[in-house]
Amino acid sequence: MAMLKVEDINVYYGSIHAVRGVSFEVNEGEIVTLIGANGAGKSTSLNTVSGLLPAKSGKIEFLGRDLHGIAPHRIVGLGLTQVPEGRRVFSQMTVEENLDMGAYTRAAGEVKDSMADVYDRFPRLKERRRQLAGTLSGGEQQMLAMGRALMSHPKLLMLDEPSMGLAPILVDQIFDIIKELHASGVTVLLVEQNARMALSIADRAYVLETGKVALSGTGAELMASDKVREAYLGG
Amino acid sequence: MTFLNHLINGISLGSVYAIIALGYTMVYGIAKMLNFAHGDVIMVGGFVSFLTVSSAGVPAIVSVLISMAVCTVLGVLIERLAYKPLRGAPSLAVLITAIGVSYFLQNAAQLLWGSDSKVFTSVVPFNSISLAGGKLVITPESIVTVSACIVIMVALTLFTAKTKMGKAMRAVSEDKGAAQLMGINVNSTISVTFAIGSALAAIAGILLCSAYPTLSPTTGSMPGIKAFTAAVFGGIGSIPGAMLGGILLGIIEIFSKAYISTELSDAIVFAVLILVLLVKPEGLLGRHVREKV
Repeated sequence: MAMLKVEDINVYYGSIHAVRGVSFEVNEGEIVTLIGANGAGKSTSLNTVSGLLPAKSGKIEFLGRDLHGIAPHRIVGLGLTQVPEGRRVFSQMTVEENLDMGAYTRAAGEVKDSMADVYDRFPRLKERRRQLAGTLSGGEQQMLAMGRALMSHPKLLMLDEPSMGLAPILVDQIFDIIKELHASGVTVLLVEQNARMALSIADRAYVLETGKVALSGTGAELMASDKVREAYLGG
Repeated sequence: MTFLNHLINGISLGSVYAIIALGYTMVYGIAKMLNFAHGDVIMVGGFVSFLTVSSAGVPAIVSVLISMAVCTVLGVLIERLAYKPLRGAPSLAVLITAIGVSYFLQNAAQLLWGSDSKVFTSVVPFNSISLAGGKLVITPESIVTVSACIVIMVALTLFTAKTKMGKAMRAVSEDKGAAQLMGINVNSTISVTFAIGSALAAIAGILLCSAYPTLSPTTGSMPGIKAFTAAVFGGIGSIPGAMLGGILLGIIEIFSKAYISTELSDAIVFAVLILVLLVKPEGLLGRHVREKV
């Protein structure tokens, strides 16, 4: 059964029709990626799933539950957490306070173990836990943003452009972490412009073009597709 | 000795401004709006205390608590009814609404309680302390006001640094969208901010009326504007900034009255603000200590 089911959603920014009848699914245990150029509607789709943007029509179901009209902060409580584009760590708060915020929906007793898990996974964050998040490097901020999201103990983790603005070596590192997270049982929905990296780790993928799903298939299928190679993988 | 007297009066008045400025600065930090009705909540706080003491005869301390409760509810209601529907609207619309709420409160007070000034009886039941053979007089209102200011400052600092709600407020003030993605309910966080700011306004109103014992429907407007000035002076969005700005403003005002001119004191206060903003547009503590709330 699909963990997340997005059916024919339409999303507008004012009069701009940004997402036009997009449908996709994420099954439990998968890594699914949405790829496409800037402005294709990837982030908009993700923010609609998170409840930050309203869908004009269509349906979004998570674990069989209709998300229509559910406030964003409640959606997090259901186990659906997003790591937003551009990391958006709280730069005036310390690393540890950022992680605390990630655990906002959880009971006080559960936070400590999750914090230890996150520090195990990201030793760098432990070293810098008293430092203001704004003083971290881009890669460290991405780790913090991911660690912060993990603090909510998500069933489905949505990552929006985690590789954006990072040096190639850090991109590899971030993708390794995504694979590790997946191996530890987290289902992943990944939005990426770096199509090659995204397809290489994805079970399935959807290609978005001007607000519509243009293609879909397994990661390997799309990697082999002429159309995808030409448009997104540089020939 | 007169210098010391003026200084004490200045710090005392400044402490009132500081407590009011905290309300402005916290609401600005969270909701990114200037709540110009904040000064009138002070006036309502003064009236509630005045009426409960003079008509119902409740003890002063109880009247303070009732007044805080009424202002808290009033502040949350104002936010729900007037500002929440405008979330996402242009800031000019919100600003005009806030000015509208301010006039609404003043006129409602006039309708309910009349436009003539009332003589407020101080809620502080102690006598003044005379030192140095009566040359240095410290009023009990000064002591209570300054102590209240310190207690509030420490409590708010601890609240924003240590508690879950306080940290959530800082998160919301920095990035509402990201805060929502953490599972923080932004609307209730904003409500809590208005509740705290308005409860502080009640305290400020009562302290102000205890030191300067006249009360009318427009009592809150001038201190409100000055406290807003203090918040900008100290760096709007910053809690220590509001404190520092408030106290400096109080001292400048009293010194101007004492040594320059009573009539010109307000002009001097605002001139200082203009000067500071020309040199340091972000306010005194608006840059490095950007502990926005």
